[in-house]
Amino acid sequence: MLRLEHVSRRWSEFSVEDACLDCSRGEYFVVMGPTGAGKTLLLQLIAGIYYPESGKIFINGRDVTFHPPEKRNVGYVPQNYALFPHLNVHDNIAYGLKFKGYSKPEIEKTVREIAEHLEIGSLLQRNVETLSGGEQQRVALARALAVNPLILLLDEPLSALDSKTRENLRGYLRRINRVFRVTVVHVTHDLVEAVSLADRMAVMSRGRILQVDRPEQILTRPSSPFIAEFTGSINVFRGYATPRENMTEIRVSSLSLWAAGSRRGEVTAVVRPESILLAKQHPQTSARNVFRGTVVGVEPRGAVYAVTIATNSGLTFTSYITRSALLELELRRGDQVYLFFKASEVHML
Amino acid sequence: MWLKPSSLTLAFSVLGSILILFLAVPVLLLYLTTPVESMLGIPYDEEAVRAVLLSLLAATTSTGISLLFGIPLAFILARYTFSSKSFVEAVVDLPLVIPHSVAGIAVLVAYSSRSTVGGLLNNLGIVIEDSFWGIVAAMTFVSATILINAARDGFQAVDREYEHVARTLGAPLHRVFFSVYLPLSFKPILSGAIMTWARAMSEVGAILVVAYFPKIAPILIVDRFMNYGLAASQPIACTLLTISIAIFMVLRFLARRR
Repeated sequence: MLRLEHVSRRWSEFSVEDACLDCSRGEYFVVMGPTGAGKTLLLQLIAGIYYPESGKIFINGRDVTFHPPEKRNVGYVPQNYALFPHLNVHDNIAYGLKFKGYSKPEIEKTVREIAEHLEIGSLLQRNVETLSGGEQQRVALARALAVNPLILLLDEPLSALDSKTRENLRGYLRRINRVFRVTVVHVTHDLVEAVSLADRMAVMSRGRILQVDRPEQILTRPSSPFIAEFTGSINVFRGYATPRENMTEIRVSSLSLWAAGSRRGEVTAVVRPESILLAKQHPQTSARNVFRGTVVGVEPRGAVYAVTIATNSGLTFTSYITRSALLELELRRGDQVYLFFKASEVHML
Repeated sequence: MWLKPSSLTLAFSVLGSILILFLAVPVLLLYLTTPVESMLGIPYDEEAVRAVLLSLLAATTSTGISLLFGIPLAFILARYTFSSKSFVEAVVDLPLVIPHSVAGIAVLVAYSSRSTVGGLLNNLGIVIEDSFWGIVAAMTFVSATILINAARDGFQAVDREYEHVARTLGAPLHRVFFSVYLPLSFKPILSGAIMTWARAMSEVGAILVVAYFPKIAPILIVDRFMNYGLAASQPIACTLLTISIAIFMVLRFLARRR
């Protein structure tokens, strides 16, 4: 479907070096890496916004290496969405259809259909500058999907949104991928976002693709110290999931983790360190996951502190807390603490 | 509650007010000292009417030419980098620093019938010396810079991601230009065109050299002032001022509304 063969390109301070990729039809492919890794440039090379200095790009078996963007049939949603400010929502979505030779009634029909699908039917006459971040995101997706692209390229689609909207849109992106049977290449710097969405993912650093694999493999078998460090920054557990009480119970050794949703079978569960809260006393909380453990390490990690806690059942959790929280809790190695997090913060792969 | 303004705000307001008065008072006094009945006579002053119409027509033609050739140039300057770019930009800005009489001489040297280019123009029936096209050429020479720079800044302010998205949606670059770049730069281009037009309307120096005849309004004013004195030049000066301000205001209003 999409194949990159040894693609290289430098642009400004960014570069893509010797990139090789192979995505199949309908695959949700995530490219993950820190800021400046060259992820956006990789996306723009696929879109045809820039041409590679060497290597080849194939879409559907066709060599498109030097085809202009308008001849590639890809949908591109940049990080800032780039909705045309002089057009309303309807005209934004209809923009690409004019170039497909659609008649007026066909354009109307397609715009309505796609707007219904993406639940933005009521926004069609709105000025794009009055939309919320989540709405803008949906309109940008609708505009890209309207022309029926073979590949949908998403540049950090969730980074500009608040955490609740982000949570909603994550499921939404997966649905789009399935309903429209479109291959998605999604770029992000967020590991949890990557592993919870991807069929397969690539980890990129300094222009190079370091590993391409299924998220579970990347988390459990990182191929390089760099990836290990990256994946070490989140909590990863392998366990057996059983649906229970409208939720999922995941047995990990002798512990039960509770996750939102319903799943059965072997799963990999991930929890962000910043989602795990700490307390000295048993917390008054609605969070389903509350465990007791011993502090085994406190380490500064940029603006936050990484607190490592070993539970009595032998699992280790890492929690990120702020300096003021650390001082308030007076945490030292050997202290007994409670750690807790919501079921919705547990992502099952 | 009233906040006490800081001494800086106060001092700047006083300095600014002095300049505003310096600018506004002459315009105001020109109106106040011109007898109304002398202005009412202007429509019957055939030479004056002809001069004002000629000014309007020449300035509008000149602005049209600046738009036609300036917008493509501005787009190239905004969107591409090339080795001679700073040289081209210097050429664009050059007319701003040339004294207007010198600009007139230069236009005459380059495009009069005795020059090579002028000879070619001559064959097309276009003569520069003492002609409508001479006026237009001089106006364009001194005013095109404003349009080019305004349009370039306008194009530059358009986020490149709009173009990237439009292209992936199937629009070739020329369609992107008309459907994205032009509408998004409409305001700066329009206000640039208004300033270009105003600059062309107000030119005297270069036109004095290139085409004293047919007389445009500013030249007729100079002419009357030199031959008959201040009082004789005031009515037509006042008329030209009124027309210029009126058109300027209408265009500004339209530019704001869009």
